Amino acid sequence: MAEVTLINHSGTQTTLDVPPGTSIMRAAIANGVRGIYAECGGDTMCATCHVYVEPEFSELFPPVNEDEDEMLEATACDRLPTSRLSCRLTIPEGCGAVVVRLPESQR
Amino acid sequence: MSARVVIVGAGHAGISTALELREAGFTGPVVVLDQAGHDPYERPPLSKAWLAGAVSTGELAFRAREVYARRRIELRTGVRVDAIDRGSREVVTADGTRLPYDHLVLATGARPRALPVPGAGLAGVHRLHTLTDALALRAALDTARALAIVGGGFIGLEVAAAARKRGVPTTVVEAAPRLMRRVVSEPVSAFYHRLHEDAGCVVRTEAVVAELTGEDGHVTGVRLAGGATVPADMVVAGIGVTPETGLAGAAGLATGDGVLVDEALRTSDPAVFAVGDCARFPLGDAMERLESVQNAADQGRAVAAAVTGDARPYRDVPWFWTDQHGCKLQIAGIATGADEWAVVGSVQERRFTVLCWRRGALVAGESVNRPADHLALRRLIAAKASISPAAARADGFTLKDHARALAG
Ligand SMILES: Cc1cc2nc3c(=O)[nH]c(=O)nc-3n(C[C@H](O)[C@H](O)[C@H](O)COP(=O)(O)OP(=O)(O)OC[C@H]3O[C@@H](n4cnc5c(N)ncnc54)[C@H](O)[C@@H]3O)c2cc1C
Ligand code: FES
Repeated sequence: MAEVTLINHSGTQTTLDVPPGTSIMRAAIANGVRGIYAECGGDTMCATCHVYVEPEFSELFPPVNEDEDEMLEATACDRLPTSRLSCRLTIPEGCGAVVVRLPESQR
Repeated sequence: MSARVVIVGAGHAGISTALELREAGFTGPVVVLDQAGHDPYERPPLSKAWLAGAVSTGELAFRAREVYARRRIELRTGVRVDAIDRGSREVVTADGTRLPYDHLVLATGARPRALPVPGAGLAGVHRLHTLTDALALRAALDTARALAIVGGGFIGLEVAAAARKRGVPTTVVEAAPRLMRRVVSEPVSAFYHRLHEDAGCVVRTEAVVAELTGEDGHVTGVRLAGGATVPADMVVAGIGVTPETGLAGAAGLATGDGVLVDEALRTSDPAVFAVGDCARFPLGDAMERLESVQNAADQGRAVAAAVTGDARPYRDVPWFWTDQHGCKLQIAGIATGADEWAVVGSVQERRFTVLCWRRGALVAGESVNRPADHLALRRLIAAKASISPAAARADGFTLKDHARALAG
C-alpha cells in the first residue's frame, strides 16, 4: 500500500491507501475525491484527471509519452513541468508515499 | 423541512444526479433505487478494456460503497420501481412500499433490442448491456469457434475487436451500406472498416439477417436475406436499444421514443425529471435522445442545478468515444445532416480528424488518435466558432490554435 496524498487547490488534504497496480485517478474516483473528473475513465482522452506531482516523487512514474504530452497541452489549468495525467500514474510495487496537487479546475 | 429527491436508476445518469446534488449544496434526503442487485458500475469497459481482460470486475465500480454513505446518498439496490403515483407524489416499489418524493428523477436507461428474427432465442445468442450479460459473453468467447456479430455499431465493433484479439474467427453483419453509419462520416466508417479487415475480421455490409439457424437448441449460423449463411457457434446482437419509458408512460407522462422533457429536462409534470438514455430532449431545432456517458453525466448535473434553484437550459456539446484495435475515436457534436467535411492530419498514420459542416456551420468533428483536437473541437463547437472548410484545408491549420484564439 502506498499513502497517496492529494492536496486540492484550497489546501485541503486527502490521504488514501492505494495498492500497487492502481492508478491515482482510479483511487481518487473510487474514494470520491473532488477535483478529479476522469470523464474518459482513464483512456488518456479527456485530460480531466490532471494533477501536479510534487517533484521528489516524479521518478516513481514512467516519463510522459506522446499521447500524454499532447493531452497535457489541452488541460483546463496551466501545464507545469510537474503536470501529469493521474490515469497514467500507476502506483509501483514498493512505493511508500506520493503527494500530488490538484489544479483549480479540470474543464 | 428540506425537499426529498428520489432517483429511479443507479446508472451513469442516476448516480451523476445524486453526486451532483451534493456538489450543488443540496442538503435534503437523496434516495437512489435500482432493480439491479449490484453496486453501480461503468458500462463502457464491458465492451473494451474489461472484455479484453485489462480491467478487473472490481475496478468497474463507480465509487466505493462508503462514498455514497459519506455523501448521505441512500442507495438501495435490488429494488424495482413499479409505479409512480403522481397525485400523492410517491413511487411504488415491487414489494408495495410507497416512497414519497418532492422531485422525482427518472434515470431508467434503455434495454437492448432483441433480434426480430426466428432463432433469436437459441442458446449461444448474446447481447451486451449489463455486467451479467458481459460475464456470460466473456465466458462464451473462451470456447467460441466462430463468432458472428449482428450490427456494425460501436458495441458490435468493440466486441469484434476484442474477439479478434483472442483469435476467434469473427464476422460482422451490418444491414447498412457502411459501419457506424448512424454516428460517423464516411471517411471514418471506411477507416474502421479497413482496420477490422486488417485484423482478420470479415465485414459484410448491406447484409440483412433473415434467421438464426440452430441445432439441438444451439445456434449454428446466421442466414442472410440473400440466402447465404454465416456459420457461427456464437452470435452477439448489437442492434441498438429501446428507452425504458414504461414507468413514465403508465403514469401519464408524455413519451415517444423516450420520456419527453423540456430544455431544463423536466417532463410534462414539473416535479418529474428524466435524464440519460431514457430522456428525449430539445437539441438545436430537433428532439434527440443520446446514449452516452457524457450526456448522462452532464444531464445529471443540469438536474441538480435545477433542483437547487439554478435551472438553465441543457446545452452541453455531446461527445462520444469508442476504442477499436487501439484506435481511439472521439466524436464531438452531432454530424446529422452534414453536407461538407474536411480531413485534418494523416489517415495513413492513423492520426486524423474529420470536421463536419452543415449549411456552413461547423457541427461536429471526429478525431482518431488525436485527443487534443477533440478537446479543442468541443470548445470550438460550444462557442459556435466559425471555421470555413477552406481554412481547415489550408496548410498549417491546427484546431489548437483556433481554440487558443477563442480563449484569447
Ligand atoms: C457495453 C456498453 C458499452 C458502452 N460504451 C460506451 C462508451 O464507450 N462511451 C459512452 O459514452 N457510452 C457508452 N455506452 C453507453 C452508456 O453506458 C449509456 O449511455 C449510459 O450508461 C446511460 O446511463 P443511464 O443512467 O441513462 O442508463 P443506464 O446506465 O442503463 O442505467 C439505468 C438503470 O436504471 C435501472 N432501472 C430501470 N428501470 C428501473 C425500475 N423500474 N426500477 C429500478 N431501477 C430501474 C436499471 O437497472 C439500470 O441500472 C455503453 C453502453 C454499453 C452497454
Ligand atoms: S481519465 Fe481521461 S485522461 Fe485521464
